[in-house]
Amino acid sequence: MKTEMKTETRAEGALVPTAAAAGEHARNPGMALDVGMFEGHRVNRAAAERRCATLTTRRSVKKAHQAAWLVNAVRCVDLTTLAGDDTEGRVKRLCAKARKPLASHIEAGLGLSAGELTVGAVCVYPTMVPHAVKALEGSNIPVASVATGFPAGLMPLHLRLEEIRWAVAQGAAEIDIVINRELALTRNWQGLHDEIAAMREACGDAHMKAILATGELETLNNVYSASMVAMQAGADFIKTSTGKESVNATLPVSLTMLRALRDYGMATGHRIGFKPAGGMKQAKEALAWQILMKEELGRDWLNPDLFRFGASSMLGDIERQLEHYVTGRYADSSRHALA
Amino acid sequence: MSIQNILETMEYGVAPEDDSQARKWLAKHEGGFGHFIDGAMTKPGDLFEVRDPASDTVLARVTQGTASDVDAAVSAARKAQSGWAKLSGHQRAKHLYALARHIQQHSRLLAVLETLDSGKPIRESRDIDIPLVARHFYHHAGWAEILEDELPGHTAQGVCGQIIPWNFPLLMLSWKVAPALAAGNTVVLKPAEYTSLTALAFAEIAQECGIPKGVINIVTGDGETGAAIVGHEGIDKLAFTGSTDVGRILRERTAGSGKALTLELGGKSPFVVFEDADLDAAVEGVVDAIWFNQGQVCCAGSRILVAEAVAERFETLLRARMKTLRTGDPMDKSTDIGAIVHPSQLARIRELVEKGASEGATLTQGSAPQGCFFPPTLVTDVEPASVLATEEIFGPVVTLTTFRTPSDAVALANNTRYGLAASIWSENVNLCLDIAGQVKAGIVWINSTNIFDAGAGFGGYRESGFGREGGREGMRAYLRNPAAATGKGKGTTPAELETGPADTIKGGEIDRTAKLYVGGRQARPDSGYSYQVKGGKAVVGLAGLGNRKDIRNAVEAAHKAKGWGKATGHNRAQVLYYIGENLSVRGAEFAARLESFGASRKAAEAEVETAVARCFWYAAQADKFDGAVHATKSDFVTLAMNEPIGVMGLVAPTAQPLLGAISLVLPAIAMGNRVVLVPSQTHPLAATDLYQVLDTSDVPGGVVNIVTGPRDELAKTLAAHDGVDAMWYFGNAEGCQMVEAQSAGNLKQTWVEADDARDWGARAGQGRLFLDRATQVKNIWVAYGA
Repeated sequence: MKTEMKTETRAEGALVPTAAAAGEHARNPGMALDVGMFEGHRVNRAAAERRCATLTTRRSVKKAHQAAWLVNAVRCVDLTTLAGDDTEGRVKRLCAKARKPLASHIEAGLGLSAGELTVGAVCVYPTMVPHAVKALEGSNIPVASVATGFPAGLMPLHLRLEEIRWAVAQGAAEIDIVINRELALTRNWQGLHDEIAAMREACGDAHMKAILATGELETLNNVYSASMVAMQAGADFIKTSTGKESVNATLPVSLTMLRALRDYGMATGHRIGFKPAGGMKQAKEALAWQILMKEELGRDWLNPDLFRFGASSMLGDIERQLEHYVTGRYADSSRHALA
Repeated sequence: MSIQNILETMEYGVAPEDDSQARKWLAKHEGGFGHFIDGAMTKPGDLFEVRDPASDTVLARVTQGTASDVDAAVSAARKAQSGWAKLSGHQRAKHLYALARHIQQHSRLLAVLETLDSGKPIRESRDIDIPLVARHFYHHAGWAEILEDELPGHTAQGVCGQIIPWNFPLLMLSWKVAPALAAGNTVVLKPAEYTSLTALAFAEIAQECGIPKGVINIVTGDGETGAAIVGHEGIDKLAFTGSTDVGRILRERTAGSGKALTLELGGKSPFVVFEDADLDAAVEGVVDAIWFNQGQVCCAGSRILVAEAVAERFETLLRARMKTLRTGDPMDKSTDIGAIVHPSQLARIRELVEKGASEGATLTQGSAPQGCFFPPTLVTDVEPASVLATEEIFGPVVTLTTFRTPSDAVALANNTRYGLAASIWSENVNLCLDIAGQVKAGIVWINSTNIFDAGAGFGGYRESGFGREGGREGMRAYLRNPAAATGKGKGTTPAELETGPADTIKGGEIDRTAKLYVGGRQARPDSGYSYQVKGGKAVVGLAGLGNRKDIRNAVEAAHKAKGWGKATGHNRAQVLYYIGENLSVRGAEFAARLESFGASRKAAEAEVETAVARCFWYAAQADKFDGAVHATKSDFVTLAMNEPIGVMGLVAPTAQPLLGAISLVLPAIAMGNRVVLVPSQTHPLAATDLYQVLDTSDVPGGVVNIVTGPRDELAKTLAAHDGVDAMWYFGNAEGCQMVEAQSAGNLKQTWVEADDARDWGARAGQGRLFLDRATQVKNIWVAYGA
């Protein structure tokens, strides 16, 4: 259409106070359990699903904007390997991809200087942390470690805490803990709060991402409550899934967690990050989640300090799409470096 | 813009839909569009411009339909109708199926045209309007196929005149055309003058599909063209969607014409948020309710009623959400709110909002570009009497008011003359269903809003019109019920009343006084006069000369008897059986009364016997004439509930004074209505005898009220009464015309017929048709999900 119209929007409806300086918000210190912040809060499943079903039909990013949004997604990826057959070699290859997620001609085509773009972090099992730390030396890319008996989290508490301390000692800057689903499903909120608070303490300076394993909590009311307890216990990030549940990151679950995170921010002034993980494989999913972040929380939640994708194969699809943007030809993954 | 720059702002950028194919189609018609009559496009006549409101540019020129164009269209439709109706259901189904298929095949052209023409966002025309259009044709292809089995004996109405609005141009076309064609009707449709293009594209699609010529006729033009359709003698049924004001004019103009009429009119629908609602969900609901299609939606939730306990938080969330709404280029895929359809509508919205502001309302507005755009607007500090709380604005403007308790919410929700839709938000299903039952609205969405499906009826209560579109109830609107009176009948005109003393009265040994019956009590007529009731040979008694004040009192009494509508079907059945029992006990007395009016003994006894049987039949139906659960969308239960209409005025036939009266009263009260009965003017005493039966049969006071006197005068008062929700009139042609014309005031539903057109003693005097007429369907959409 040849009209000169401009589509206008006002400043985004940010409800969480702005951080003093972007990227430098104070860590969430946590608070005592306050069930009033979530008991009685109701999440309507059908409405959440409707909202998510139309999110990507209400917003569209095309051409250069789409390319930029995909680049941003790369910045926010926690490039992950969490497999029983992980080895030092496997981790080194992953770290190489983390340092240089896009092929040189794609970087150049996007106008990015070489080495400028890296992923948000590399995420591995605790025993792989030393390999990752070594492989990422000098890159400024943090190593994240899962811990606390990942993925089921059913080890004795003192062992789970010890696992955190061990991973931190090996150089992990971020710890992805799993919550105790039994405590959540039996509504033992105090018990859950105490456990997570202890984990946060064990993390020390390492940032803590609390994995809620939402596929096993099942209801969105449970998801909201568990999100709130995790934040009250001091989580820096809340994360949807281990990637090992039968249902992992979904948009309705993410929407619910974002609203919990927003409500916590409105009540306490603290900014909490969000990490969907598991099951996201396509570039268009990277767009969908970013649209969700921007619509629900605003632009700040598109930065890696407040937003991460827990994904591995998604990066490959993003790279293919970006090559198409750069060359105009459809790409094949055989021509890109393996993660 | 460089990738680096975009990474800073993370803006969405522009994402325009390609409109080149639609422009190409328009260019092909550069010379102007004619009408679609008798299977072909006519030569363009007097042309007027069709504009794109978003860019204020001319898209095309279409023909102003003249009276002779309408004539030609109606006669083409008439010529085609019998052939179309004679096709087997399967053959008609194949045609409708082809339309559905071809609409899908041309879906993007239709979506882009719709957005160019109306200014609605491409997302909506692409994802909502056009898929619903296809769905409507599919659904009704099915109805054509199974009609004979599902609605046996029903026949087409004939030629349908259909006038549709500009807010959902092609969707409203489908709502009108699909059921009409499925039922075997042919149509003459006029699209709104602002938005004719998709209708014209549809005409081409109809040609492409090989729809027989004359079955679909489309005449473009303005209100004058519409008036030519409304007034055309060759039209059997008229369906209109549009404003309540125009609907009222249609009602008046068609009064007495015998045309069937359905009206889908305006609304001021409540959006009720309880304290235990998911407030984020409800905020998103507001977006879908009032910021859908620029608020140009008849069923838009335009009055937010929110529990005081959560009002502050709800407002905070809503204001934040408003800031992320994008108003602008409708062709951009990231636009939420597009252009207002026409500058005149924009002016109207502005005027109303300014007036509201000057009355003291507070406005919170988003932003909108220059041109035919209006920003999303939230109005607070609004009093119930404010123009913004009462008038349908038809723009992206919503009011917010607080309430304290559920009953407070219901009172506010129903404090409107409209009754189209309602949206209820609470996580408590007990509360939701309770409120859904209490709101006066044809459509209730629980934890959802503006959900549509061809399988569910859509239509309003009160001044939002009558008739349903969609579902089984929608099909009935395009069919002639086999129980409809077939013999034309002239209707009776009772002899003039005589109020003076009679020469002599041939009555029983002890004098009997017949009074009026109001609120369960016998009442003297306000006038203080009585009139003579003549029997076969002489005057047999006196009846009260009721007047408008008696009607007023009776309607008031009927309103007070609210509990009757809430009684269970079983409770009502018991009362009806009991009426039958007591009538039977006093059968000889009633028969003697009828004999005194000149009936033969045999006829009198038969009339009483039939009346008793009729009590049983409607008692049986009281707990069986129930609704349906429609198969609509996933994650919804859609309940179609038959609800009583409310307070009904009943004007009984002259002949068979007992049976005539009882044939109207029974179906009405069996369904939970309260009634004001005007019995046979000539022989009212059979009906006044009845009140003793009612008294002894546990009929609560006020459920049945009886006012005797001058039939048409009393009928006029009832028809014009804003507190009467429906009116059945069985009298003469002038009376039929008068009742329909008078009903326009509050657009009450009417059923008028010559009182001698049906045999009241036969099967024609009872049946499901009476129950249909005594109920209105409320569709309740219950969203669910664990």
